[in-house]
Amino acid sequence: MSRPAASAPPMRAAFVQPPRPSPFNRNASSGSARSRYLVDGVMRGLIVSAAAAGVFLLLVILLYVVVRGLPALNLDFFTQRPLPYGEVGGGVAPALLGTLEMLTVASLLGVPIGIGTAIYLSEYGRGPFASIVRFVVDLIAGLPSIVVGVFVWALMVRHVVGNYNGLAGSVALAIIMIPIVTRTVEEMLRLVPDTYREAALGLGLPRWKTIMAVVLPTARAGLITGVVLSMARAGGETAPLLLTALGNQFFSADLLAPMAALPVQIYNYAVAPYDDWHTKAWGSALVLILVISLLSLATRLSTRNTLGER
Amino acid sequence: MDLASSEATRVAQRQGPTPVIGGGTNVGDRIFHLAVLSAAQSVLVLLAALVVLLFIDAKEALGRFGLSFLTTTDWDPVFEKFGTAHFVFGTLVTSLVALVLAAPLAIGTALFLAEYAPRWLREPVAFVIELLAVIPSIIFGLWGFFVLAPIMRGYVEPFLKATVGQVPVLGELFSGPAIGKDLLTAGVVLAIMILPTVMAIAREVVRSVPDTQREGMIGLGATKWETITGAVLPYARSGLVGAVMLGFARAFGETMAVTMVIGNSSNVISASLLTPGYTMASAIANQFTEADKEIYFSAVVAVALVLLLVSVIINGLARLLVWRGAGNVATRR
Repeated sequence: MSRPAASAPPMRAAFVQPPRPSPFNRNASSGSARSRYLVDGVMRGLIVSAAAAGVFLLLVILLYVVVRGLPALNLDFFTQRPLPYGEVGGGVAPALLGTLEMLTVASLLGVPIGIGTAIYLSEYGRGPFASIVRFVVDLIAGLPSIVVGVFVWALMVRHVVGNYNGLAGSVALAIIMIPIVTRTVEEMLRLVPDTYREAALGLGLPRWKTIMAVVLPTARAGLITGVVLSMARAGGETAPLLLTALGNQFFSADLLAPMAALPVQIYNYAVAPYDDWHTKAWGSALVLILVISLLSLATRLSTRNTLGER
Repeated sequence: MDLASSEATRVAQRQGPTPVIGGGTNVGDRIFHLAVLSAAQSVLVLLAALVVLLFIDAKEALGRFGLSFLTTTDWDPVFEKFGTAHFVFGTLVTSLVALVLAAPLAIGTALFLAEYAPRWLREPVAFVIELLAVIPSIIFGLWGFFVLAPIMRGYVEPFLKATVGQVPVLGELFSGPAIGKDLLTAGVVLAIMILPTVMAIAREVVRSVPDTQREGMIGLGATKWETITGAVLPYARSGLVGAVMLGFARAFGETMAVTMVIGNSSNVISASLLTPGYTMASAIANQFTEADKEIYFSAVVAVALVLLLVSVIINGLARLLVWRGAGNVATRR
């Protein structure tokens, strides 16, 4: 701040108003100051303990899943199908494969739309239409996943196919992935410096080649991040899959038949009354958490330098 | 090639970093523009299709029951009576309990990370919180089902009944037997589940308060807490409200974590938090397999439609508030 008063000659200092007293009493020996410091200390304590309690609670839950889940993990757990109650052994292999297959199909459906929308918003998006698209993407991101589930259930399970099927599950997951891909990728594309675009356009490249050959490769890490992040998020969704893919105790790769998925398997195991199944539920939960945190950890670390934090 | 004319458009483009062009003269440009435009349009079509289809399928139930669909409490598929007031009630109560519990913890954590924590602690803790935010809700449901519900039944609920339960009016909240799987437990699980989300957004909001605001207060001799209440919180208020509302929106539509601990029974609306109940989402999850009749199916879809409309309203409001409070940082779910 520039202060014109500073240029005034020093002898006029006598006419300068004395500094106003601070509205806060800093005299520690007075009663009001003591109570102010007391309040400050108490609030500091409360805030620190709120932070500690919140983070601690969440970490305890994670630790609990690890402790309960580890005993369930063995080779059979990853290679066998779930057995009826009473038979020893069995695993969750169909659920792992089902989740993988539905995520793959969901990515094929959702990622092109997500990235296309992101390119539109970042490279062409101005004016009211782009604002509407952005707002709608946010609204879809905020939809309860069960609403997406009911939509796909009504459309594909009730009206089109006629039974629960893996394709419906994939469609539901794709709808959940689209807004996540769009938002992440749009932000990443915006990080590509405009000088790159200007240089490419200046060399006579048409706009589409500028985007395909310069902008997208520059933001490649960001694109991968967006896709992986959305897969991590969709992979943990339970409610929409319950309504669409339903789950399956057997190996099935048929997209038009009910398909198993890991989160649904956790639910089915948990609500059954058998201890052995409960252990398997914790085991599945541990696997799910591990995969999802590893995926999001990897993407966050890989984009840390370019983006700071998302 | 029409080099000259495309050169002219390119010169015109220099006026802005990402100019709006409708494809230009290049054929490739036109096709590409059309492709990404149609992707963007398909997102609009998707939301429109979602609303329209839910509306069409819900029409039968909404037409038959009208407003009583939302105001009566008998959900009786056998006699084809469908009232959802108790679902709505359960949804509101559990989300409110979640908010009351989660908001102070989350905002406290945000203030700690932005104002109190030493520098070396800030980034790691924030990083852990962001990771916790992607834990699937089924995990919280599983934990609530096996760990929290027994604790609530054995310790917390008897304690609440013995203390707050004795107070004349407040006591109504904790009357009835301690079951463990009830509205209160569902609210607690939801609170834990939305914690990381609200924490992460609230932290961004608090961080976006300019340092000059704090420096002004500190320069006047304010203590840390006075700086927070006098400068930080007023500046961040709308953003924090938005963060809490996004948490509310998440709690509102949550299915799995709630379904596993809410009890899924009872057609009554009672003042006690210790009654088992339903939320709209958990009702859908429990009913969809049995929805064989057309009117039953329609009623389930109508519940989803109500959920959709409410979530659109809450999300829209929350996002407006967060945008105003913290620029464009906090728009993830």
